[in-house]
Amino acid sequence: MDRFRMIFQYFQSNSESVMNGICGLLALASVKMYTSFEFSCPCLPQYNVVYGLGIMFIPPIILFLCGLILNRQSLVMLEEWRRPAGRRKKDLAVIRYMCSSIMQRAMVAPVVWIIVTLLDGKCLICAFSGSVDPEKFVGFANVSTVQVQQLLAKVPCKDDELMRNNTSRKAVSRYLRCWSQALGWSILLILIIAAFLARWLRPCFNQATLLQARHWSNYIDIEQKIFEETCCEHSRLFAHKCILHFFESMRQEIKLHSLSLPREGEGADGEEDLLRGITDQDQVNKLLKTWYCEKPPLDVS
Amino acid sequence: MDKFRMIFQFFQSNQESFMNGICGIMALASTQMYSAFDFNCPCLPHYNLAYGLGILLVPPFILFLLGFVLNNNISMLAEEWRRPQGQRGKDPSVLRYMFCSMAQRAMIAPAVWVSVTLLDGKCITCAFCTSVPVDTLGNASHPHLSQGEIQRVLARIPCKEIYNGQQLIANEVAIRYLRCISQALGWCFVLLMTTLAFLVRSLRPCFSQAAFLKSRYWSHYIDIERKLFDETCAEHARSFAKVCIQQFFEGMSTDLVAARCHLPRKAPADAGEAAEKLLGITDQSTMNMALKSWHRCKPPLNLHPPALPTGNGWAGEGQPPTHPSAPQRETAAYYSWV
Repeated sequence: MDRFRMIFQYFQSNSESVMNGICGLLALASVKMYTSFEFSCPCLPQYNVVYGLGIMFIPPIILFLCGLILNRQSLVMLEEWRRPAGRRKKDLAVIRYMCSSIMQRAMVAPVVWIIVTLLDGKCLICAFSGSVDPEKFVGFANVSTVQVQQLLAKVPCKDDELMRNNTSRKAVSRYLRCWSQALGWSILLILIIAAFLARWLRPCFNQATLLQARHWSNYIDIEQKIFEETCCEHSRLFAHKCILHFFESMRQEIKLHSLSLPREGEGADGEEDLLRGITDQDQVNKLLKTWYCEKPPLDVS
Repeated sequence: MDKFRMIFQFFQSNQESFMNGICGIMALASTQMYSAFDFNCPCLPHYNLAYGLGILLVPPFILFLLGFVLNNNISMLAEEWRRPQGQRGKDPSVLRYMFCSMAQRAMIAPAVWVSVTLLDGKCITCAFCTSVPVDTLGNASHPHLSQGEIQRVLARIPCKEIYNGQQLIANEVAIRYLRCISQALGWCFVLLMTTLAFLVRSLRPCFSQAAFLKSRYWSHYIDIERKLFDETCAEHARSFAKVCIQQFFEGMSTDLVAARCHLPRKAPADAGEAAEKLLGITDQSTMNMALKSWHRCKPPLNLHPPALPTGNGWAGEGQPPTHPSAPQRETAAYYSWV
């Protein structure tokens, strides 16, 4: 029991670590998903923008929702938010704290996806190749408007027959990738500065309220876990009692119906207790049949 | 008992984790199956659609059924559903909870297969290559061909080696187009599934949380009760077998004593446990006869033989006979064999 309690305590105090671990795993999964995904720009005028921006923004939404689903604390927070007040008041500061910590963790994987996408560059090249100014590039400068759109749309496709040896294609591609990477690094820098400031300046404001909110949010989490375990323990004991009652009632029934002399006294080797008065094949069959056809009532009083 | 209880509690509180683990393994197995599968588009007009959609939809169905088969709780659900009411009422909300939680877990591997298939693009490319809009994507100066010819040419798009329609529509253009559509469908499907999962999970605490807690408790209870009953029956079977075999050996030794008209050799007081465990069988031929009898004529499953006033061996011990042996029944069986 002691060892179990030790393991439980370790786990409890590290509930934050568990959540951070899940957050890290999702971020890694996001990078892996991006590398294994076969990006295939359609190279058609209107489809490019939809495809490029779609790949940049839809998977982050999916990752954000996954981050919320996989985080156990989001359920705890929702329950705490929606429960009737009853005899325990609700503290909105605690709910706000839990909400913000859940959101922060859920935002990590989407941000990682967006940054990896921007640093790689393929999405932006696909989406905005049709929007560059053709006058800036020699190969596209003197082409008719309709054709230039078609040509620019094919820039992301290196192996296309029209684009295979086109130097202007490489120029456009480099230009867009430069913009994409600059955007990516800037976003990364801004986010890291914001995180740094938030962490350093937080103790300057409302530290006491924060400590309280953190304590009570941990408390709600632990209380929920202990309640679930107590229910498990209770149902185990309930089941145990129920089955014992059932065997007893079968023993009484057999005593009533059979004509053999009842066995008196305790068995010398304790096996008698375990046999619980069921000592032949028919009795065992009857017991099993009764268990299925007529389960005992859920009442162990 | 304490250690058992600890392990049991750990397992119980982690049964959900265990089921989630199996679920995750099946999802991984599903991606592995897809990458190991050798996709081979037939490149014929009507076969393409059947093959492509078949590969997209039939394996998920198989994985869904497999998800149910591998779930131990399915037999528990079936048993609870079909049992007669007897003295214990049936709660439909508990059955619904059990079914829903099993169905949710079984849905994950098929959803992973469909997503991976759509994001990869081969199935949709194969199935819908004959529907590519040749007018918008094709070369303007393509030769005029009959509808059937065009279909046959387009059907070969996925098979680059035999494609002969470069003048009609470039192979890469068509494949890029189809793959783009397929990937868009794939991401939309994943987004839809994730949104549904999120809504199901987050709307539940807002409605019927109390009913949910009740259903969850009683479904765990049914599971635990079934396991405890199985354990109790196993314990009972063990004791039953032990007593049955003990009675068999005692019966054998009493029969042989009766047959040879020997006085029972009373074990000396200081012989210890080992002599007791010999159960009266102390030489090779007796043991061989016991083994043969065990095989040829197993004792009946009845530990309640009628009590007989026998004086064999217990007269001097001063204890009431706890196992009134049934020499008559055992003897009858023995002699009928002889």
